[in-house]
Amino acid sequence: MKFAVIVFPGSNCDSDMYHAIKDELGEEAEFVWHTEDSLDGYDGILLPGGFSYGDYLRSGAIARFSNVTSEVIKAAEAGKPVLGVCNGFQVLLEAGLLPGAMRRNKDLKFICRPANLKVENNETMFTNAYEQGEVISVPIAHGEGNYYCDEKTLEELKQNNQIVFSYHGENPNGSLEDIAGITNKSGNVLGMMPHPERAVDSLLGSADGLKLFQSIVKSWRGSHVVTA
Amino acid sequence: MSLLLETTPEMIKSERIYSQMGLSDQEFAKVEEILGRLPNYTETGLFSVMWSEHCSYKNSKPVLKKFPVTGEKVLQGPGEGAGIVDIGDNQAVVFKIESHNHPSAIEPYQGAATGVGGIIRDVFSMGARPIALLNSLRFGELTNSRVKYLFKEVVAGIAGYGNCIGIPTVGGEIQFDPSYEGNPLVNAMCVGLINHEDIKKGQAHGAGNTVMYVGAKTGRDGIHGATFASEELSEASEEKRPAVQVGDPFMEKLLLEACLELIQSDALVGIQDMGAAGLASSSAEMASKAGSGIEMNLDFIPQRETGMTAYEMMLSESQERMLIVVKQGREQEIVDLFSKYGLEAVSVGKVTDDKNLTLYHDGELVAKVPADALAEEAPVYYKPSREPLYFQEFQQMENKSYRLHDYNATLKQLLSQPTISSKEWVYDQYDYMVQTNTVVVPGSDAAVIRIRDTNKALAMTTDCNSRYLYLDPETGGKIAVAEAARNIVCSGGEPLAITDCLNFGNPEKPEIFWQIEKAADGMSEACRVLSTPVIGGNVSLYNETNGVAVYPTPVVGMVGLIEDINHVTTQTFKNAGDLIYVVGETNIEFAGSELQKMIEGRIFGKAPSLDLEVEKTRQAQVLAAIKNGLIASAHDVAEGGLAVAIAESLFGTEDFGAEVKVTGDEAAALFSETQSRFLVSVNPEHRGAFEEMAVDATLIGKVTNSRVLTVVNEKNDQLVHADVSELYEAWKGAIPCLLK
Repeated sequence: MKFAVIVFPGSNCDSDMYHAIKDELGEEAEFVWHTEDSLDGYDGILLPGGFSYGDYLRSGAIARFSNVTSEVIKAAEAGKPVLGVCNGFQVLLEAGLLPGAMRRNKDLKFICRPANLKVENNETMFTNAYEQGEVISVPIAHGEGNYYCDEKTLEELKQNNQIVFSYHGENPNGSLEDIAGITNKSGNVLGMMPHPERAVDSLLGSADGLKLFQSIVKSWRGSHVVTA
Repeated sequence: MSLLLETTPEMIKSERIYSQMGLSDQEFAKVEEILGRLPNYTETGLFSVMWSEHCSYKNSKPVLKKFPVTGEKVLQGPGEGAGIVDIGDNQAVVFKIESHNHPSAIEPYQGAATGVGGIIRDVFSMGARPIALLNSLRFGELTNSRVKYLFKEVVAGIAGYGNCIGIPTVGGEIQFDPSYEGNPLVNAMCVGLINHEDIKKGQAHGAGNTVMYVGAKTGRDGIHGATFASEELSEASEEKRPAVQVGDPFMEKLLLEACLELIQSDALVGIQDMGAAGLASSSAEMASKAGSGIEMNLDFIPQRETGMTAYEMMLSESQERMLIVVKQGREQEIVDLFSKYGLEAVSVGKVTDDKNLTLYHDGELVAKVPADALAEEAPVYYKPSREPLYFQEFQQMENKSYRLHDYNATLKQLLSQPTISSKEWVYDQYDYMVQTNTVVVPGSDAAVIRIRDTNKALAMTTDCNSRYLYLDPETGGKIAVAEAARNIVCSGGEPLAITDCLNFGNPEKPEIFWQIEKAADGMSEACRVLSTPVIGGNVSLYNETNGVAVYPTPVVGMVGLIEDINHVTTQTFKNAGDLIYVVGETNIEFAGSELQKMIEGRIFGKAPSLDLEVEKTRQAQVLAAIKNGLIASAHDVAEGGLAVAIAESLFGTEDFGAEVKVTGDEAAALFSETQSRFLVSVNPEHRGAFEEMAVDATLIGKVTNSRVLTVVNEKNDQLVHADVSELYEAWKGAIPCLLK
């Protein structure tokens, strides 16, 4: 399976994502610079964390106008798996691929620490390798991860099982309903604040994020015939 | 055109305008002698910043000569953007520490942020990818509202810059003491990784080659920052707020990636950061180091304000800029490379062979001065030195112990002293994991970063207990180096080299200069004995507010090599039943200790003694035991003594406690700050092998399964019996509580 790691000016978790795919997952990955205007040939799209365009104006607000973002939207519409982590999640919100918005963390400070997440829905293409209700340790590192949406949207998220990860125990940023990650209605776009690419090697504290990437591959293999 | 009348060279001399820029009468006379004429306004500005202490080290040079700067692994010593040490396999580690004290005192967020930005540029200008940031901070007491503001904003500034650019902030140290109340210290360190063939230097070789300006535009921010850094702070310093630069970490991220791509191009001849004294220092130094000259037309300098004069452009300290020299005819490649990142790369001049820095602006020659005169020929001052009166008084004091009534209460109180207590409130705000190489996160003795695709890792730390230095700068200087090395060893690393940031008061005062000299003597000796040469650093003098100096604070930044990732060791106890040892004996040494400060409200007496040969032997014992897999945890016994070290080794565990027996003077056994001690835990099956290897180790107890710390004396009288969770809460909650 071949992944595109989207690189906006100011992305800074692009290398981490690349190494997680290549070194730990053992699949193909390529960096795609924000000026590119095609994502043909990639089976999965990864939007890494960082500070795209300095996060000036608002996190992810400028990245949504980037050339490559319209290609990300096309890929999402075509049903390819699209994963946005941290700033990538913020970009997906700004691009309208996911509902809701981000506010600053409740303590108005950047926070970096390991967080416990609960797998709320293990029937997505991103979570099929986890147990339902499994608690995993995945680090967070953000200043604006306080997810918010209106009541109607929240109701829809719940009804469609779009809330995939929630914070277990402490809610670090004040997000609505402890939300840590959501998918779109069709389930092929996942945005999450925690960094699964930072949790792929137990040497660094946790390898719980690896199953997320394995889930994507498993689901993709299930729907594609692999030719040598 | 400006309507202001041009200040003529004659006016500069007769009205002593040079003195407002920081040049003394003698220095101005020397400039006149070098040029054989009076300098014009721009030229006077160039000399004043280049001959400031910050750029020329004119007051500290005689002291810096004391440091050992060579070693078989040193690839680059002091003099370039950062020092470089070989770590084998064609790789090298690049690192440097630098101060941003004065800017942080008046504009803490931007002052700290641009301190981080500057040190990162120093590292990537060598061609290295920055892989870690550390810092060393000093503030007044957190009970003061201005101090709280400075502390919060400095931490936010460091976080704001490091997090955005994507370099993990993995370690550091913070001390609080009244001497820093008006003059906080903000020292930032950056560590980079490089392949040998990629090492670049800031040298302008090859007459005819093109000088290019890359990065952000030049504005009027930070003009005369280097001069400002070379004065004492006072009430009037607020007026110098415009001398503080404003940082843009997003711009620097782009510049970083573009420069690392540039490093791979054979069109590149030399590259240097525009740091202190901006365009003036980068151009003069690049020319001087190469024995050549540089000619620039300032009309081509990208400017973000209109009507800037040559003086303003040359002295501006606008951030995120680099000066590069490229082979003639290859300019377009460079322009294309930078435009990918949305950055400007503009040809602004050329390398010449006349050894002059020659500047044109608006069609006129505005400066022509020998580059060496600016970069190398600043006067060197041998300042008078005098032992302060307090020193002999302290030396003659006897080491006395304390009679304490409630060891539980004392331990809990010590753990909640801000200097000892948990710094989680701070590092929680730093992204310490980005780049996914951080094996040991902040909060242990040293941070550990793995080197991808190898089995190796780097340990890194910053250290300096300035209280010991105040009592006795020579011994304190030795301790600063020794403690840094101890931290590296506890993490499983072999100390490689140091970078230092010498923060002192006004060197024109003989008692201050004495502190500088003695501290350098002590540090140099320790560096020689422990084989950790000084590969670069920074001097920050004039750290005084309204005439009162900070404690002498020569911060040591040390990097060590961990040969095998399996040697990585942390301070946290690992298993119930493990044996607890202390390596090294304990004496009654409370001068400068956390306990003394807590009880007396001040420090006095003779600093803890240090025998460097003993230190070296013990470090070797502990490191050998770690490498042989005999040690489960290792922790340096430092501020607060043994009891604090044991508590800290328990805090990272979920449900362990410890049972310990001590001998001798009770208060000393628990809280003395005797040097060269390690607290280690050992699996009982390794007991024999460990004791054979670590001959200075004494068995004092064991790790238990109950969440209680018990310490008894020789007669089995209980000294400490404390619930570890309670100690933990006191330790963890202290700083958030003080900030509320």
